[in-house]
Amino acid sequence: MKILKIEGDRAIVSAGRVERRIGINFLNNPRIGDYVMVHAGFAIEKLDPKRAEETLRILEEIQ
Amino acid sequence: MHDLIKKLFVKELGNPLLNKLGDAAIFKTGSRLAFTTDSFVVSPIFFPGGDIGKLSICGTVNDLCVSGARPRYLSCAVIVEEGFGYSDLEKIVLSVKMTCKKAGVDIITGDFKVVEKGAADKVFITTSGVGDIYQGASLSIERIRPGDKVIISGTIGEHGAAVLLAREELKFKAKISSDCAPLNGLTSAILNKGIKFMRDPTRGGLATTLNEIAIDSGYNIGIEESKIPIKESVRVLCEALGMDPLYMANEGKVVVIVAPEAEGKVLSIMKKHPLGRKSVIIGEVKKERNKRVYLKTRIGGKRIVDMLSGEQLPRIC
Amino acid sequence: MKYIDEFRDNKIAKNLAHAVSKKAEGLRPLSIMEVCGTHTMSICNFGIKDMLPANINLISGPGCPVCVTPKSYIDKAMAFSKKPEVILTTFGDMARVPGSDSSLMEEKAKGRHVRIVYSALDAIELAQKNPGKKVIFLGIGFETTSPTVAASLVYARKKKLKNFFVFSGHKVILPAMEALVKDGDVKIDGFLCPAHVSTIIGIKPYTLIAGKYKIPCVIAGFEPVDILQGIWMVLEQIRSKRPKVENQYTRVAKDSGNKKALALINEVFSVKDSEWRGIGTIRESGLFLNRKYSGFDAERVFSIKPVKTRPDTGCICGSILKGLKAPFDCPSFAKTCTPEKPKGACMVSSEGTCAAYYKHRI
Repeated sequence: MKILKIEGDRAIVSAGRVERRIGINFLNNPRIGDYVMVHAGFAIEKLDPKRAEETLRILEEIQ
Repeated sequence: MHDLIKKLFVKELGNPLLNKLGDAAIFKTGSRLAFTTDSFVVSPIFFPGGDIGKLSICGTVNDLCVSGARPRYLSCAVIVEEGFGYSDLEKIVLSVKMTCKKAGVDIITGDFKVVEKGAADKVFITTSGVGDIYQGASLSIERIRPGDKVIISGTIGEHGAAVLLAREELKFKAKISSDCAPLNGLTSAILNKGIKFMRDPTRGGLATTLNEIAIDSGYNIGIEESKIPIKESVRVLCEALGMDPLYMANEGKVVVIVAPEAEGKVLSIMKKHPLGRKSVIIGEVKKERNKRVYLKTRIGGKRIVDMLSGEQLPRIC
Repeated sequence: MKYIDEFRDNKIAKNLAHAVSKKAEGLRPLSIMEVCGTHTMSICNFGIKDMLPANINLISGPGCPVCVTPKSYIDKAMAFSKKPEVILTTFGDMARVPGSDSSLMEEKAKGRHVRIVYSALDAIELAQKNPGKKVIFLGIGFETTSPTVAASLVYARKKKLKNFFVFSGHKVILPAMEALVKDGDVKIDGFLCPAHVSTIIGIKPYTLIAGKYKIPCVIAGFEPVDILQGIWMVLEQIRSKRPKVENQYTRVAKDSGNKKALALINEVFSVKDSEWRGIGTIRESGLFLNRKYSGFDAERVFSIKPVKTRPDTGCICGSILKGLKAPFDCPSFAKTCTPEKPKGACMVSSEGTCAAYYKHRI
């Protein structure tokens, strides 16, 4: 889900027009626009787009 | 009580038959009838896209429609818990009024009771309905054959998702509305165009309805996940909660089984109707007879889709 | 949706499935175990087993935290719920697990104050809104969930809440993995390690499994492409006879894990031996509130009569959780034990092996 708004250690996140207020206590330097994995009302980690692209590239090479 | 019935129910829902307030409504209608009944106990009673009043009319009207009947007259029995607010009751009655108008039906007899606090959960409504079977309509599960196509009239899971969100415990915000709607216009338009069977996938979702059809017809049904229409917000919510949209309730959709030679025509008629714009063929009836529903997943895998057992609960990991 | 749809891509999945088949060619029959409820569900939902060659057997281990919660815990939770001043809050799928006499869902139907919540923070909010009541939260879950409960307790302490409590049943996955490996009965040729637990704990804990027991460990995401790539990576390790810990889920899980989350776990919990339903006691496998947070510990604060827990009969969840038997081997499966009337925990949670098998008739 994507961070839309940050209020201290809480944030509003959204995906597919579904929103929720969650805790972001575990994140380092959270920013608006970051993609995060949400579990039980908290963001447990950011998603790294560069690493995502890297994985997809490796996948293309697997035959 | 009599006052309340006159001032609210008769005032808003009145018609020549109801106004008589007789012990029974006496009426004449077609020669072949369809008759159905349903109780409505939804909680919460107000939710995005509708309320228990609207639901109680749509549910019964739709059961008649998918049976090949033109819905005509309904009964409506309301039980409220002591202390239930008048303004809420009025909202529900007005909603019933509006939905009856939209569906072209009249409530011709009814009942109203108050029970002590705790004996009912706010309000329960039971509606029964009578409809005339359309001339030439020959819907029957026995007509289903291998090769028949399975059509769904639109996106799935919205009613279930809307009601779940309205319960507030889960604190997700989404613009998801119940799809609750009377289906008369849609079903009557396709009735004599080569369709073999219809059912509205309500509680238990699309999966349960398809299983019922597989079991009753004796044939397997194969569907493709990539073809099943679903709103992104419903999909996201279900994934966040670990629920399967195939099992989420619908209240304004219809599953149509149609002969392959008629699929194009039926689909095009459905898509022209406001309630059927997203109609799509999602699968077909197979020749194998283990009465199961098989899903080809979006990545090409295969799984069996079973009936809903118990209640879906949001899960953790 | 970005970064999800790509990992569900049809073409990539099919290519991977083909690559997995090639990698598996000529290998003896292999058993790869996943220990994560979300992996179990994903594998079922996407029909992944159907795409694998016959010599690869995917087995579900004790990855469903609800399934491994001991019956005595549920009996105690129900005893708590019977106290008139208590509102018991729980994650959804805990509510239907049968204890000795009934389940929380059944107690709720009888009028007890049992509420389903999505997050421990929601339970705190309930406590703040109901100062006259005592809110007990059932803390269940592995290392993905325990930091969220820890963070909630830190918040509750900061707010000086006097009516919020946690009954901890949290567990730590590594000891269970090691216990399974040491158990002579279970044959495990490789592990698919849980995506989000690994996001918290990193790769270090698994080095014991790969280093000491020489079993390949691959951290894999939940999407079908992740799982297939994870399986491919396990097979590659088996072929090259070089077992190690690898991370397929680099877009989320860092090798070092999430330090803040780990710090929160250490702040609030201490590790002790704990009972796993169907498996027995595993050393140092459970998280319990430490002394600093004892004021929030439901077990210490509330006195309940000792519960008499009836042992499971006719339920082989234990063997199923270890991957030794399949649901079909259970005499109760689909007969006296169904999702509507579950006898054991594996049937209740939608992540439970028996529930997944029942639903998908694998």
